[in-house]
Amino acid sequence: MAGSSASLRAYVIARVILMVPMLLLLLTFTFLLLRVAPGDPVNAIYGERGNPQVIDQIKRELGLYDPLYVQYFTYLRSVFTGNMGTSILTSKPVIEEVQDRMPATLELTFSSMIVASVLGIGLGTFAGTRRDRPADYGTRIFAAMAYNIPIFWFGLILKLIFGLWLGWLPVSGRFSPRLSPPPHVTGLYTIDSLLALDLRAFVDSVAHLILPSLTLGIVLAGFFIRITRVNVIQAMGSDFVEAARARGIPEQAVFFQHALKNALVPVITTMGLTFALLFSGAILTETVFSFEGMGRFVFLAISYRDYPAIQGAVVYYGILMVVISLFIDILNAFVDPRIRY
Amino acid sequence: MAGWFARGRISVVGRLMGSFLQKSRTIAGVIVWIGIAIVLAIILMAMLAPFIAPFDPNTKVANPETAPGGPFLMGTDRSGQDVLSRIIWGARVPLAIIAVATTMSLVIGLPIGLLSGFVGGRLDRILVLVMDSIYAFPGLLLAIVVAAIIGRGILNISFAIAVVYIPTYFRVIRNHVASVKQEPYVEAAMALGMPRRRVIGRYVLPNVAQSIPVIFSVNAADSVLTEAGLTFLGLGLPPGIPDWGFDISLNWQRFDAVWWATFYPGLFILILTTALTFIGEGLNDILNPLLRKKEYKSVAEA
Repeated sequence: MAGSSASLRAYVIARVILMVPMLLLLLTFTFLLLRVAPGDPVNAIYGERGNPQVIDQIKRELGLYDPLYVQYFTYLRSVFTGNMGTSILTSKPVIEEVQDRMPATLELTFSSMIVASVLGIGLGTFAGTRRDRPADYGTRIFAAMAYNIPIFWFGLILKLIFGLWLGWLPVSGRFSPRLSPPPHVTGLYTIDSLLALDLRAFVDSVAHLILPSLTLGIVLAGFFIRITRVNVIQAMGSDFVEAARARGIPEQAVFFQHALKNALVPVITTMGLTFALLFSGAILTETVFSFEGMGRFVFLAISYRDYPAIQGAVVYYGILMVVISLFIDILNAFVDPRIRY
Repeated sequence: MAGWFARGRISVVGRLMGSFLQKSRTIAGVIVWIGIAIVLAIILMAMLAPFIAPFDPNTKVANPETAPGGPFLMGTDRSGQDVLSRIIWGARVPLAIIAVATTMSLVIGLPIGLLSGFVGGRLDRILVLVMDSIYAFPGLLLAIVVAAIIGRGILNISFAIAVVYIPTYFRVIRNHVASVKQEPYVEAAMALGMPRRRVIGRYVLPNVAQSIPVIFSVNAADSVLTEAGLTFLGLGLPPGIPDWGFDISLNWQRFDAVWWATFYPGLFILILTTALTFIGEGLNDILNPLLRKKEYKSVAEA
């Protein structure tokens, strides 16, 4: 056992070291793509009405007239000194913008993932163990509709019902303006308020999270139900399950100890891959619920060709992807003892 | 608790499995037909729009934000336009987007996938790497980038959506080709000296083609959603063209008071995308031998 955990540690270290060249490549690619694409930040922000001389001046100050390699190395230097450049749109350092918004997106994606996993694995197993019966078809129709609902429209409906008609939950933002936010530790309001032992702030921040994460989570659950169902069906029909049954093991134990565990490995892997899907949904969900997270930030940055902001967001997104896939690998290594690194 | 694990009682209900199987196949068939019927109805609605829409979709026909009722079945929007008429005309945009975007992805993704899977080697590895990186990128974000670069319009939006979907066709086709390539009949054809192009056209493509309808239906549903999402964010079509996504983006800020102007367009998006998914799901049930094989096996052993 000691040997395998040592090799897992070596694997994790190798992956983290590999992250540096990977991010550099990603950054270079984004840098080039942005320069090749038509339009530039100053024109996008000031529009056609802007005074040409002023625009010219700003462009010079931003170094947009410098040769490409000069711009590239200036930018790389700012990345390695850790401040990721300054947003052209907001004139704030990109790293500050990200620090403000990343916690919002982390809270949203993490809580949506919980909603989606509980619903997805629960209903997927429910349908998979009742294959071709009415319950199976009902669940599948629910999954098809959940996955195909326009996410922003679904968010609006939840907002209307639970926020405005019933008045149970707040419909926008991350925190009530009448309460004072907890002292900044992680930036995640839920965790910070717990750290400060401020129960009212905790309840408030969770209440603000419920509708957005239900919106995003239910849509994603549609996808998880499908994956879980198929894998449960495959596992239930496999030779090892039949062998377990032949040995007279009770059906419930066969299911929980043999089938479900095997069904979950591909499900967990797929969940890691759905981060891309989650982020797409987050852009729209954040818009509907005025939830100031990375999705909104990236969308605005792209609309205004805010080069440093886009590049900074890409770097953080890349880091997040690596961390998540690493996490998934480790999780799978625990669930499936055959997986070793 | 016993009912929870119906599959465990297969030996008990073994005699019933035959009818089970038949039933499952007909249910899958029914689902496909329901999907096809809904999609055809929407196509018909779009084609007959000039004749069946009660009002002109771009004209103010009543007070803004009139509630549903009377001549306005679904009410009017913030500009006083008839919501129902806009929905009928608005079906044209998603259908056009589906047609153009899926064709583009298929026309680009299929040949690259065939080539990559059949040729293999270094070319295959590079293509897989490129396609996988596009695939790992959030789809809507990619579409936003492309749309922000090339601008508005049906063709532009379709292209932005097509880019997102090329890797999906590529992956499925490529993996399928890579496995079909190992089949004895393909090896036999190659050994007999049949030119590569004919081997692909005659033996590989027909075998791989069965996975296209399933991807197509998922792709079609997703392209409707992506278009609506882009339009919602203000990157979709220019104003003036009735479009379900655009109508939502126009009216959603007033959703609390004027729910009908946002609710109905969204409902139609949901109906269309769900119908498309029904087609795909049903076809998948019928075509996917991986899940079906187990069924036969259980029957044989029961």
